Amino acid sequence: MVLRGVNLAIHEGECLALVGESGCGKSMTALSILNLLPSPPMEIRSGKILFKKQNLKDLTETDWRKLRGKEIGIIFQEPFTSLNPVIRVGEQIEEVLRIHSNIPVGEIRTSVYRLLTDVGLSDPERISEQYPHQLSGGMCQRVMIAIAIAGNPSLLIADEPTTALDVTVQAQILDLLFQMKEKFRLSVLFITHDLRVVRNHADRVAILYAGQVVEEGPPEKLFDHPQHPYTEGLLESLPEFSHKGRPLYSIPGAVPSPFAPKKGCAFAERCPKVENKCRQLEPDLNEKNKGHWVRCYYPSEK
Amino acid sequence: MLLSVRKISKTFPVSRGLLGNPTSFVRALEEVSFDVEQGRITGVVGESGCGKSTLGRCVVGLHEPSEGSVWWGGEDLFKMDVRKRRALQRRFQMVFQNPFASLNPRQKVREILFETLEVHGLLGANERISFTKDLLEKVGLQTGDLEKYPHEFSGGQRQRIGVARALVGQPELIVLDEPVSSLDVSVQASILNLLAGLNRVQKISYLFISHDLKVVGYLSERVMVMYLGRIVEEGLTAQVLQNPRHPYTKVLLAASDGKSVPVKGEPPSPVNKPPGCSFHTRCPYAEKRCFEETQELAVVDQSLKVACWKWDHL
Ligand SMILES: Nc1ncnc2c1ncn2[C@@H]1O[C@H](COP(=O)(O)OP(=O)(O)OP(=O)(O)O)[C@@H](O)[C@H]1O
Ligand SMILES: [Mg+2]
Repeated sequence: MVLRGVNLAIHEGECLALVGESGCGKSMTALSILNLLPSPPMEIRSGKILFKKQNLKDLTETDWRKLRGKEIGIIFQEPFTSLNPVIRVGEQIEEVLRIHSNIPVGEIRTSVYRLLTDVGLSDPERISEQYPHQLSGGMCQRVMIAIAIAGNPSLLIADEPTTALDVTVQAQILDLLFQMKEKFRLSVLFITHDLRVVRNHADRVAILYAGQVVEEGPPEKLFDHPQHPYTEGLLESLPEFSHKGRPLYSIPGAVPSPFAPKKGCAFAERCPKVENKCRQLEPDLNEKNKGHWVRCYYPSEK
Repeated sequence: MLLSVRKISKTFPVSRGLLGNPTSFVRALEEVSFDVEQGRITGVVGESGCGKSTLGRCVVGLHEPSEGSVWWGGEDLFKMDVRKRRALQRRFQMVFQNPFASLNPRQKVREILFETLEVHGLLGANERISFTKDLLEKVGLQTGDLEKYPHEFSGGQRQRIGVARALVGQPELIVLDEPVSSLDVSVQASILNLLAGLNRVQKISYLFISHDLKVVGYLSERVMVMYLGRIVEEGLTAQVLQNPRHPYTKVLLAASDGKSVPVKGEPPSPVNKPPGCSFHTRCPYAEKRCFEETQELAVVDQSLKVACWKWDHL
């Protein structure tokens, strides 16, 4: 199983960051929320996905299509591959507005220009006439954000939205994303492998390991007082100038295969604190301090 | 001096007209000069397309610069005769960014590592095996891995093979082109530890290329910040990271901490570089003079060099 018992709640206007290394199940979580898992081989065996009190698992494919794009906006990692290469960007935004909003036909163009301006693209008339390949990566990602917010959603899912971009462009796109969040009071599920980005932007952080949340809490607590040995390990492996000359911590071993689950804690094999108990029975996610949850029998005392 | 680079520029033709004549050019490198001392790690940092890989390739002789010169231990790389160059080549090695593409999938690790030994006629057949086994252990792999193919390894392990291949000829300088960029942080940490150890124990110098200022800052003694083919700031890592002088370095530093940055837009195309200081189109401090005058890299404080006339009042 790729995801096991993931419980996440995102409140109104909140940004929840889902953090993990490759193969931990981050994108799977997003795709299952959106009912986009290729099925077969993937299927959701059990669990509920509640969106505004409605269980998304009960929806028909038609309902799904209405929900995606309207109530839930999506931004993926690769701006070039997620835009349609043969359709002008203006038309791509128009389409979303036609399907998901009740803006009168005569006003759609104006709305497209307004959206493009909202996402920081000056000269919207010219931009809307261009094809994705005529725009830079950063501009494409701005267009993706415009499309994602066009249906006036209440939830935005951003899956590694800046990983493919240059560092200075990354910073600008993140700023934009969080401006939009404030402006439209969006809830955001922000999926990333980058701990540094999360620290400055998320309201809550969930660390995913082998398809499970192993720690969850507000960023200050999680970064300054990590409780789970995996979180600690990740933070200590980040290179810093101040750490120069001393070896970095590196978590031994590799992520376990999702297809051969072992009993006990999924991190046991790689954990410096492992005890017998850990190999017997998987720990639950427990609330260690208020709002700070950890899945470990021996959380850090820090 | 182990490596000296003097005013190298590199121009590539980009699009070609009907008759195959180039119609426009990229200035990938512009008047780049620096030295690397024996045993030192020099970091190169900058965004995509700023010329980092081109610089690395020029340094090991994979590209010939359009202008300027590269000196290996006091000898002009592009003027020395073929025999001499081949003999020196093994002392100047390169590790490439993509651990999946840079190893021949049909070669076993043993064959990959033997190649350099054979080309340079180093060691006898019996010694080669024990030498490569030692090498694998040195980079954190197992001797049994000699008979495996690249696809049998993870990304981090492949990068170790890349390092082992560079080490075969007992080099004095290795150019590492984004060696950890495609790796998860915990794997990245183990490769950085390996590299730091090799430098400490064997005194091998690195030209360490990365777009990640954190990684460069952790490993390097000196840092060069590049923008659109030019070095815009160069100095001891402590100087550059703790008190950056060039506006672009300030931006990179903020971005690498996940903070917001005061710049707009993206780097302009290197095909049509803006006149004057290339950064002026994005610089929050730009004035008239910045549009008009090219900014040369100049010493501002001991060994710190900055290419910005406003460095002192930002
Ligand atoms: N062989 C080539 N032919 C034509 N143009 C080239 C060639 N190699 C590089 N360039 C161009 O030179 C510029 C610098 O490229 P280079 O690969 O050195 O940048 P880089 O800093 O390594 O970028 P990245 O971070 O993306 O690896 C780019 O505009 C690139 O398109
Ligand atoms: Mg490169």
